[in-house]
Amino acid sequence: MAGIIAHGAYVPRFRLGPDTAGWTASTERAAANFDEDSVTMAVAAGLDCLGSRDRNAIDGLIFASTTVPYAEKQGAAIIAAALDLRQDIFTADVTDVLRAGTTALRSALDSVVAGAARQVLVVVADSRQGAPRSDTERNAGDGAAAFLLGRDDVVAEFTGFHTITENMLDNWRSSGDSFVRSWEDRFATEEGIERIVPEAVEGFLQKYGLNLQDVDRVALYGPDARRHGRLARSMGLDSQQVQDPLFGSLGNTGAAFPLMLLVSALESANADELLLAISYGDGSDVLAFRTNSLVNRARPGAGGLHGHLKSRSAIASYETFAKWREVWLTDDAARRPAPSSPSVSALWRESNKNLRLYAGKCNACGYVQYPPQRVCVNCQAMDESSTVRLSDKAGEVFTYSMDYIAGAVDTPLVVSVVDFDGGGRIICMMTDRELDEVQVGMAVTMSFRKLRVVNGIHNYYWKAIPRRFGDSAAKQVGGER
Amino acid sequence: MNGIKDRVAIIGMGCTKFGERWEASAADLMVEAAYEAYADAGIEPGDVQAAWLGTVSSFRTGQPLAEALKLDYIPITRVENACATATDAFRNAAYAVAAGIYDIVLAVGVEKLKDSGFSGLAVPEAPGSDVTPPTPPPSQFAMAATRYFHQYGIPYEEGKRTLAQIAAKNHHNGTLNSRAHFQQEIGVDQVINAPMIAWPLGLFDCCGVSDGAAAAIITTPEIARSFRRDYVLVKALALSVGAFGAIRSDWDFTHFPETVRASQSAYQEAGIFSPREELDMAMVHDCFTITELIIYEDLGLSPRGGASQDVADGSFTLEGELPVNTDGGLKCFGHPIGASGIRMIYEVYKQLQGKADARQLGKADLGLTHNLGGRPGSFTCSVAIFGAAE
Repeated sequence: MAGIIAHGAYVPRFRLGPDTAGWTASTERAAANFDEDSVTMAVAAGLDCLGSRDRNAIDGLIFASTTVPYAEKQGAAIIAAALDLRQDIFTADVTDVLRAGTTALRSALDSVVAGAARQVLVVVADSRQGAPRSDTERNAGDGAAAFLLGRDDVVAEFTGFHTITENMLDNWRSSGDSFVRSWEDRFATEEGIERIVPEAVEGFLQKYGLNLQDVDRVALYGPDARRHGRLARSMGLDSQQVQDPLFGSLGNTGAAFPLMLLVSALESANADELLLAISYGDGSDVLAFRTNSLVNRARPGAGGLHGHLKSRSAIASYETFAKWREVWLTDDAARRPAPSSPSVSALWRESNKNLRLYAGKCNACGYVQYPPQRVCVNCQAMDESSTVRLSDKAGEVFTYSMDYIAGAVDTPLVVSVVDFDGGGRIICMMTDRELDEVQVGMAVTMSFRKLRVVNGIHNYYWKAIPRRFGDSAAKQVGGER
Repeated sequence: MNGIKDRVAIIGMGCTKFGERWEASAADLMVEAAYEAYADAGIEPGDVQAAWLGTVSSFRTGQPLAEALKLDYIPITRVENACATATDAFRNAAYAVAAGIYDIVLAVGVEKLKDSGFSGLAVPEAPGSDVTPPTPPPSQFAMAATRYFHQYGIPYEEGKRTLAQIAAKNHHNGTLNSRAHFQQEIGVDQVINAPMIAWPLGLFDCCGVSDGAAAAIITTPEIARSFRRDYVLVKALALSVGAFGAIRSDWDFTHFPETVRASQSAYQEAGIFSPREELDMAMVHDCFTITELIIYEDLGLSPRGGASQDVADGSFTLEGELPVNTDGGLKCFGHPIGASGIRMIYEVYKQLQGKADARQLGKADLGLTHNLGGRPGSFTCSVAIFGAAE
């Protein structure tokens, strides 16, 4: 029976909220750091989901988001490399609609059911931007979810689905627009989500001969707390059945939203519960899963949705957030020369080093070295090296600096020398850090981030972050998860 | 191997005023340095048989030297070796004389940094994947400082005070030198409280970014005697290029093996067994205060972990046991990258001749220069030793 083998989530560390000067909402929302986007958050959720599982069993990767970095160029291909998946796999981006996450999940499950793939990884992430101080900006959140789907060892079986497609302009963003636009609230609500979602749910119940009371929990999309509550009540859902939508701590994470709520449900579900994930956008998808007795097994020791939600830090001021989103323009640090375009041929040549974060391990003497070397730095053996992946290794800071003149965002820039368990050293930037926690000997893990965009090229690489989830990291390294 | 000891001599040198030379082009600076060296040596421009031009980013070939000085179709080679550029240009020129190819040659180092519009160091890089973290020099050397403090259990305030004493010393020396970029004393507390550049290094832990040029006329000792009695002999020229980088996870960031290797090689070539006792002065690459602290140990002037005590004792001040950076160093004299190595030789040359004005040392017969190019983990290091004519 096809279903969910493992699940994971990612919520960026930073929050806009009551402790943020100049933030006008009373509640909190998650905000991607300046070096995060949907691709990096999808990678983080994917890592959270995969833990120490065998990545070679994965035959496909689908990435869903309304905020993909490239209009032409696949996001899934970047994510597959960062997650160090095989090259002979099926990849796809599902995009352009808030329903993209459930569409990706449904497509992945279809291919598993059809036997076209043993295991498929679905990663869904969003970082939607509203105009400064708009309702969209206040209600949106940034985050990601990931599901490993397959036929064996599932913890929640895929038991049914129903979809309605209806062309509807209630929210939209044209290519070239920075911000999401929407039509009048009352129209969008009454003729949009509050009409279409109940129709989809009714269709699902009829199709499988179920009653609403048969459903244990619903991971339900809603644009904001008020309309989410109205929608649930209008369908006659009991409050026990509605998975906490996390408005006030997470925010509406767009295409990822219903699937992050599904992860949240799975993190606390018992065996034999019927869970629905319901999305909305140009129609509605309803996906049904029934948990089995293994559901506890896929639960994260740390990390996961709730682990990430608890690991939080308030952004000091709205100005900082506005700089991150490039709606508050800054003078480039002291007239430093503008960066030139990265060389695409160099990026291609270094893909294993940069995206898969491969080090070399000398077959002759065993010395681990990053970047990989033709001639061993320790014994000078030539072309005698095998591959070691550093991206999921635990690391420790050997030394660091804090550069106050490097730029206008994230000052000071922390540059760290990181030594990995099992050998290997990297010099990399540190992100998501509080300055007073940076010290020699601190425990770090690696996080996939966007360095910069030059010439339309989104240049991704790994940075160190303080190790927030000791158990999780240890499990990923120890391979117990 | 015969080595270079006593096989070549310097008979003339020139050095421009270093600083923000808004009025001068790189060509102007080369003319200024070269004509001072011609006059000092007592030669005519036409006596120069070959030339080496050291510059990191101001020029790409040797030709601009020919154009500036109107040299007469002689061979000119441009040398680039990071912060060791000028010393390496000098080294190649000296070797050509020692090989007997030429009688009189010219080595010039120049850099025009202040036309970039950027107050830091703007050096263009070859196209690449651009994933390595942006680490301008202050950030790179700050990592050495962080680890040095950690390894020796030095509290932040104490470490900052030690580094500040180095900066204050070099500024004091610079005030005795009208050609130095900066002309004012700085106090230890002023250094400690300066704005942070790359923690733990503040503004006054960093050397100046300057324009300048320096030049040397090199010949054989035999020919030198026909020009002057106080020529200066080359005792050693060593260069060590690090190949292991920060790739080695057992490297400690608190010593720079390139300096150790280059200095050992130079001491051997010069016949020096106890550098702290035998040397009368050292001009070292104080691009940052922490660099000078570590260099004391790498050159064998201080024991490992003992440099802080030597700083506290004033061992390296003008009046100290072994004066270091008597002209102000990179910190105060300034650092036009491709010129700095020959600027250091200029100071040793003047001290050995007894012409160092207010900062003249009592005994100055043997002096060392040291340059460190690149970054901690992968340096190009030059060490040169010079002695007074017998």
